[in-house]
Amino acid sequence: MSIITQYTNRLRDRLDVLPTWVRALGLLLVVALAFYLPYLNVLPFAYIRTDLSATGTDWASVLFLVVVYMIVAVGLNVVIGLAGLLDLGYVGFYALGAYSVALFGSTSSPVVEAIQNKFGLSEEWAVPFAICVPIAIAMALIAGVILGAPTLRLRGDYLAIVTMGFGEIIRICARNLDNVTNGAAGITNVPVPPGPEVDGRPFFNVSEPERWYWLALVVLIILIWMARRLEHSRVGRAWLAIREDEDAAAIMGVAAFKYKLWAFAIGASLGGMAGLLFGSKQQYVEPNGFMLNLSFLFVAMVVIGGSGNILGVLIGAFLLTYLPERFREFQEWRPFAFGVALVAVMILRPQGLVPSRRRAREFEDRKVEAEEAAADV
Amino acid sequence: MDFDALINGLDRHTLDGITRGSIYALVALGYTMVYGVMKLINFAHSEVFMVGTWATLGTYTLIGASSGMGVGMIIGATVLALLAAMLASAGTALAVERIAYRPLRKKGAPPLIFLITGIGCSMVLVETFGQVLKVFFGPPFGRVLVNVPAVLPTKVVFTIPGIDLAITNTRIIIIFGAIAMMVALDFFVNKSRLGRGVRAVAQDPDTASLMGVNQDRVIMLVFVLGGAMAGVAALLFTIQYDSTKFDIGFIIGVKAFTAAVLGGIGNLRGALIGGLVLGVVEVYASTVWDSSWADVTAFVVLVLVLMFRPTGLLGESLGKARA
Repeated sequence: MSIITQYTNRLRDRLDVLPTWVRALGLLLVVALAFYLPYLNVLPFAYIRTDLSATGTDWASVLFLVVVYMIVAVGLNVVIGLAGLLDLGYVGFYALGAYSVALFGSTSSPVVEAIQNKFGLSEEWAVPFAICVPIAIAMALIAGVILGAPTLRLRGDYLAIVTMGFGEIIRICARNLDNVTNGAAGITNVPVPPGPEVDGRPFFNVSEPERWYWLALVVLIILIWMARRLEHSRVGRAWLAIREDEDAAAIMGVAAFKYKLWAFAIGASLGGMAGLLFGSKQQYVEPNGFMLNLSFLFVAMVVIGGSGNILGVLIGAFLLTYLPERFREFQEWRPFAFGVALVAVMILRPQGLVPSRRRAREFEDRKVEAEEAAADV
Repeated sequence: MDFDALINGLDRHTLDGITRGSIYALVALGYTMVYGVMKLINFAHSEVFMVGTWATLGTYTLIGASSGMGVGMIIGATVLALLAAMLASAGTALAVERIAYRPLRKKGAPPLIFLITGIGCSMVLVETFGQVLKVFFGPPFGRVLVNVPAVLPTKVVFTIPGIDLAITNTRIIIIFGAIAMMVALDFFVNKSRLGRGVRAVAQDPDTASLMGVNQDRVIMLVFVLGGAMAGVAALLFTIQYDSTKFDIGFIIGVKAFTAAVLGGIGNLRGALIGGLVLGVVEVYASTVWDSSWADVTAFVVLVLVLMFRPTGLLGESLGKARA
C-alpha cells in the first residue's frame, strides 16, 4: 500500500471514531465555508480566486460551474462508479436538460411559439420554470431508459461506443433541427428560477452569479444526500455486486438488467438536472456547448477523483473545472497539460485521488494478482 | 429527403462510400487488433492516424515534392511518404503502449483506467501538433487546416461503359491499397509464426504464456501492426483529401471504431466489412438527407445492428475460428 493511501486511511479512521456531534459540526463548517467562498477575500486564501488578474474569469461564475460539474460527477458516479457501466455520452443528458428548459420555457423557442399559435396564447406566455424542471428531468430520464433498454444488454465496451454515439446524436439533432431548436443559432431567453425582484431585477440574474452558485450548491447538497442514501440501500448494494461480477450477481438473484437500467436512468436524470441549471444560468443554449469532449471530461472527473466515492468525484470535478479556469493565462497550453496530467495521475494512482476504501482494497488485490501472475511465467 | 438523387447517382455514391470506407477499415484494424488481444479500446489510435498524415506532409516537404512532377518522382515520393507514415504511426502506437498502457497492465488496473490514459495520450498528441510544435517551429503546425501537396494528380483511368462511371487513379489506389493491406495482414495473422502468437494471446493469454508466447512482445507487435495500418490509411487519406489538421484524427477514429464494432470487434475481416458498410451508409445518408445527418445515420445503423447481432456483423474474436 502506498504511503499516501496509508496516511489517508489513518486519517479516515481518526475521523470515524470522533463523536457524531463533532463530525456534524465539521460538516456544517465545510458547508458554511462553501457558502462563504464567493466572498473569500482574505490573503493568502484569496489566491484561489480566479479573478485576481484582469483577464481572469468571474470567481462566482467559476464556482457555479464547479458545482454544476460536481452534480454531473455525482450523477455519472452512479453509472460508472457504482454500477460500473461506461457511459461516454453523458453530455447528451446534460444537453437534454439544458435544451428542455430552453425549449419549453423560453419565449423565443419554436416549441413555445407553436404552442402559443395552437392555443391562441399571448406572446409572453411560456411554460413556467417550476414545470420546466420536472420536464427537463423527465426528458433526461426517459432518454436514459430509451437508450439503456436496448443497449444495456450489450457488453461493456459496446455500451461505450453506443453511448458515445448517443451523445453525438443529441448534439447533431440540436444543431440540425432548425424548426425545433433554432439550429446552430441556439435559443435565447432561457427562463430563470422565479424569485422576488430586487432593485427592479429578477432575483436570479446574470450580474449576480453568487446567487446562482448558492442555488446550485443547495441542489448539490440535496443530491449528494440522495446519492448516499441510494448507495447504501438495497439498490446500491445490487449495483456494487453487478460492478464486481455481473454473472455472480445474477446467480445470487440480483436482477442485473433492471438495476443497470435504474443506474442509467438515475444517472441520466442527474445529468439533466445539471444541464438545466447550466442552461438557465447562461440564459442561452447552443449545440456547440455540448461537444463530445465534454463527455470525456466528465468521465475523467469521476475516474481521476476516485470512482465510486462521492468525496473523490467531487474533488475530481473541482480540480478539472477549477484548475483550467485558475490558469487561464496559459489557455493555449491547457489541453496539453490536461492530457499529461490525465496520463500521469492514472499511472501513478490508478484507483483515483480519493478512492473509496472498498475500491482501494480491490485495487490492491488486483495489483497483487497481476504481480503473482507475472512471477509465475 | 431526396431519394431520386440517391437512385440516379447510385453507382457514384457507392464508389464514394467504398473509398471512404476503405480508409475507415484500415484504421479500424488497429482498434480491432488491440481489442482482440488486450480487450481494450485504444483511444489514442485516432491520433496515431493523425501523426501519419503529418509524416506524409513532412516527407513531401523534405523532398520538395509538389503537384505536377514526373511519373518516377511521383512514385518515389509516394512510396517514401508511405514508409514514413507507417514508421511514424507505428512508432507513435508503440510509444503509447509503452508509456500509457504497460505500467497499468503491470498493476492489473481495470479497463476504465486504460481508457482515461488513452484519452490523455490522445490529447497530448493532438496538442503536440496543435500547440507544442507550433511554438517551436511555427507553421504549418497549429490549429488550422494544412494543405498537403497533391503529389498524385487525379486522372480518369477508364470509364465503366453503360453506367458512365469514371474511375480515377486515386480511387483505384485507395480501394486496392486498402484491400491489399488487409489481405496481407489477414495472411500474416493466420499463417505466420508471429501471427499464431497473436491469435494465441487473443484466445487465452495465460495459456499462451505457458506455451512460451511472450505476451509483452505480442502486444507490442499488435500495436506496431495496427499503427502501420493507420499509417497506410493516413497516406491514402492525404491522397484523397489533400489536407490534414491537428484534430483530424478524432472523427476518423470514432468512425473507425464504429466500423470495428459494426463488423465484430476483434475480427479482422469484420473490420473490412464494417468499414465498407459504414462508408457506404454515410454517403447514402448524406445524399438522401444532407451531410450533417451522416453521423447520426452511422450510429443508428450501429445500434440497429448491435440490437439484432450483439457481436457485430461477422462476430467477434481474433483468436477463434474466424480470423
